[in-house]
Amino acid sequence: MTNEQIRDFIQTAIDENQVMLFMKGTPNEPRCGFSARASAALNALDVRYAALDILPDPRIKQELVGISGWPTSPQLFVDGKLVGGCDIMMEMYESGELAQLLGVEQPADEDTPDAPEAGAPESAPLGLENRLG
Amino acid sequence: MPTAEELRTRIERSIPGSSVAVEDLTGGGDHFRAEVVSERFAGLTRIEQHKLVYDVFGDEVGGPIHALSIKTSTPEMAR
Repeated sequence: MTNEQIRDFIQTAIDENQVMLFMKGTPNEPRCGFSARASAALNALDVRYAALDILPDPRIKQELVGISGWPTSPQLFVDGKLVGGCDIMMEMYESGELAQLLGVEQPADEDTPDAPEAGAPESAPLGLENRLG
Repeated sequence: MPTAEELRTRIERSIPGSSVAVEDLTGGGDHFRAEVVSERFAGLTRIEQHKLVYDVFGDEVGGPIHALSIKTSTPEMAR
């Protein structure tokens, strides 16, 4: 897979998924604490989202940073626009802005999600790794 | 390996008039948290505010600085 194909795949993922999370690992098996918190926040809001693991190939991160201009992971896109990384997601989660942006109810339990919740079955990770190589 | 003090100085130099606190989260010199208060953030989105801080370090974020957690506010908000 060429760099250009990876970039196109990422851009298509951003364009075609209303809520798109780029993370280290997957929602069920996050490989970084920041990514774990980001996916746990989305799980707590019970929104459907797509997730892409950036770890299988270093070029995924490289191309993603090229598109977003944002240097770290996770990165959340909503309606094709970069919302932010873990810090911004957490601030917006706590203030209720994230729920508002995603058009869902803020959960009654307002504790910050700090651990990944058991599976969000609808949130299947996109399988870019299967297309690499 | 960068130190919290070094990061603080660099942010304060790049964002004049800012008040900065940096914590080395693990003591390992690669996971930091920066709290930055500056007038410069007024009228900017969170994304734009955080980018101003990331831009201080360029490619070092994601490199030697493995993680930089950021909290930004204006003096009015911090009060």
